Amino acid sequence: MIYAPRLPRLGAFEAWRDAARALASNDVPADDIHWAMQGDDAGLFGDGAPLPAPREMMVPAAFVSLARRVCAHRAPGAHDLLYRVLLRCRGNARLLGNRADPQVQQLEAWAKNIRRDMHKMKAFVRFREVTPQEANRRQFISWFEPDHRIEELIAPFFARRFGDMDWVIVTPQITTRCAGGDVSHEAVQSARLDLSDETEELWRTYYANIFNPARLKIKAMQSEMPKKYWKNLPEADLIPGLIAGAEAQMRKMQDDAPSLPPLRAERILDRLPIREGLGDLNACARCPIGAMATQAVGGAGPMGAPLMIVGEQPGDREDLAGMPFVGPAGQLFDTLAAEAGLDRDAAYVTNAVKHFKFTPRGKRRIHQSPHKSEVEACRVWLEREITQVQPVFLLAMGATAAQTLTGDGSALMARRGTVERGREGLPVLITLHPSAILRSEESDRLRALLVQDLRQAARMLEEIRAL
Amino acid sequence: MAKMQIKEKLALLSDAAKYDASCASSGTTKRSSADGTGLGSTEGSGICHAYAPDGRCISLLKILMTNFCIYDCAYCINRVSSQVPRARFTVEEVVHLTTEFYRRNYIEGLFLSSGIIKSPDDTMADMVRIARSLRHDHHFRGYIHLKTIPDASPELIEEAGLLADRLSMNIELPTDAGIKAYAPEKNGDEIRRAMGRVQLRKEAAKERTHTGRRAEKFAPAGQSTQLIVGADGANDATILQSSTRLYSSYKLKRVYYSAFSPIPDSTAALPLIKPPLAREHRLYQADWLLRFYGYQADEIASAATDGMLDLEIDPKLAWALANRASFPVDVNRAGRDMLLRVPGFGTKSVARILSARRNGTLGFGDLKRIGALVNKAKPFIITRDWSPGGLTDAANLRARFAPPPEQLSLL
Repeated sequence: MIYAPRLPRLGAFEAWRDAARALASNDVPADDIHWAMQGDDAGLFGDGAPLPAPREMMVPAAFVSLARRVCAHRAPGAHDLLYRVLLRCRGNARLLGNRADPQVQQLEAWAKNIRRDMHKMKAFVRFREVTPQEANRRQFISWFEPDHRIEELIAPFFARRFGDMDWVIVTPQITTRCAGGDVSHEAVQSARLDLSDETEELWRTYYANIFNPARLKIKAMQSEMPKKYWKNLPEADLIPGLIAGAEAQMRKMQDDAPSLPPLRAERILDRLPIREGLGDLNACARCPIGAMATQAVGGAGPMGAPLMIVGEQPGDREDLAGMPFVGPAGQLFDTLAAEAGLDRDAAYVTNAVKHFKFTPRGKRRIHQSPHKSEVEACRVWLEREITQVQPVFLLAMGATAAQTLTGDGSALMARRGTVERGREGLPVLITLHPSAILRSEESDRLRALLVQDLRQAARMLEEIRAL
Repeated sequence: MAKMQIKEKLALLSDAAKYDASCASSGTTKRSSADGTGLGSTEGSGICHAYAPDGRCISLLKILMTNFCIYDCAYCINRVSSQVPRARFTVEEVVHLTTEFYRRNYIEGLFLSSGIIKSPDDTMADMVRIARSLRHDHHFRGYIHLKTIPDASPELIEEAGLLADRLSMNIELPTDAGIKAYAPEKNGDEIRRAMGRVQLRKEAAKERTHTGRRAEKFAPAGQSTQLIVGADGANDATILQSSTRLYSSYKLKRVYYSAFSPIPDSTAALPLIKPPLAREHRLYQADWLLRFYGYQADEIASAATDGMLDLEIDPKLAWALANRASFPVDVNRAGRDMLLRVPGFGTKSVARILSARRNGTLGFGDLKRIGALVNKAKPFIITRDWSPGGLTDAANLRARFAPPPEQLSLL
């Protein structure tokens, strides 16, 4: 038995889907079907046999969107191949993911043609205004010649885009109207409309002036904007003239001697406010770290704070914000300090190194520990802060801070919880850095240790205040 | 002076804007005017509505608000010391051009830049006024890209980010020394700090408020910048290093490379050259390798000569030729990372290979169907039915790809 479904010009996909469901769910082989569009030569098979009643059938979701596109293709055999792949992908969801399969590859290639045709229509439709005098919505019309039967696929795009105006797009076979937000299609033969609009003069002005004659790349233009579209583009007839004049325009720019500045230039430049100096810290080039960072991050807190807390170096957040202890480790520190009853506002917080050291990895920056020499180079800034703030004691968080404050680089965990005598003669309470908790597998234990040390700092602070 | 007509202004202020390479209109939030109350839509991918004979796409109305400028950047047509005629759009004129062009489907939206007039704050405030009028008075839902003035106040940048899809600040010169020499009123640190602030603000917009409501989107299509190629002495390795720093630190969506191109009314400080278009192209390819193929800047630089990319072959092929010990790659076994390093395999081909592998082992013909450039890949891969043998290590492998040396012609 031969089946010969006839697909209408409008609603072709839905008609194909209904027919294909009826046939495939009854296991009708592809060779028994002769697909054609209505109005095609009926050929040998006439109307064919009536379709069987459809039964339940499952297909991969990806097939439906593929089929919707391929149905719009004008290639002979598109509907037939679609049906063959439909039969094969029942119970084989993986098939459509296999681009090495020749049939899948052919369908994907056709779908790609449709996507491109739609994309070019989105790009190259040009509306001309035809608003009658007492209309309350503005009205526009366009003529376009797509390669495939994409009018129904593309209409929702224009409806989403031009919500507050009415429009008509006329193609050789279909006229699409959108009035008051309602889209309708009509299958009607039309001849090319010759339209114009006075805004086109401004558009052509823009097109001619945005072109850079020093970078002629004609092939690149034509591959994206093939000549077949030119006849409906108001700007396209400028192209030959722009190309012809480019060489001369470029030569003129090169031949013209550099001009003298107008008189006002000097006056304006003289009046520009002097950019404030960024201060010594930001300009520091004692080590190479700063060259990659956004900014130097100094300490923050009250002058005369009895406690100075010293961490390692600013991290990603601190580097962007220009403030110390605002990243994940800083936030954890705030939580633990509150838990330990340490008055963080009474402390001056800063870092041993003032710039963020990192290696870039794609869209992320990976923290790098500073070298000994870099910590050493940065010590002058820390010493200056100590002189200015005049703390009574210091809290060194992590090995870098302990090293720079005491001059002793030996193992940190053996020393934590103890008070050592610092280089400045001040007592230095040693503890671990909160980021160690974020990175460690035994974070609970480390967390408890840090809280314990922060309690000790809080006690020391109270003792000082009691004096 | 007689009052200039909008057409004359448009000619001047688009001519002055053409040196900005960016024209992207993609990657912002999805918006529509299907409810009938506004104009415009954005849906993921951008649309190029025309192409100029310079091969560049025209997606946005790219104009300056004004080409008056108080800065004196040597590479720029609008610098204070240039003799070009000056013009300035009113807010209404920019809004008119944008919406009327949009209605006729010429553009995806507006890319508004400007010379600095009076002060950075005055300039930024005027640009924000235009964006505000488009969004609030005209319910414009198309794409807006605002060039941000780095020194403008945080309040203005805040409003700009809420109105616009993309914010950008052009660094223009790849090194701070270059900025100092050729754009003395600009400051690299200042620009990077401003980028950092925008990035922090963007991230804050991603967090939910304490009531669980989503914060308003801030510059949803991200930040971008532009580097001029061939004006100062920076080599490709330096430029790529600079890009890596910008991508990793400020999560820029794009770094654009713009071959230094002759400008009318040039300055003696920067002699005009023919724009190094081939070099610009190689830099874009290298940039893609950084962003989508997992290469590090120093890896790409290691295959370059004196810090300059090979102009005859692309940087991915150059890396493969310099690292032949890593090849051939077995297409049926290798992981994504290594497949991405095969010359002739793009990100799409690699995704298709990984997906197709689940249906069985792949042969040479399968790769062809998948869309890989098999002739290029040949020396670097093993498939079910192909092995390159000695080809991978052949001494003349580079010559297979490089264009033949041009014969000197007799004059």
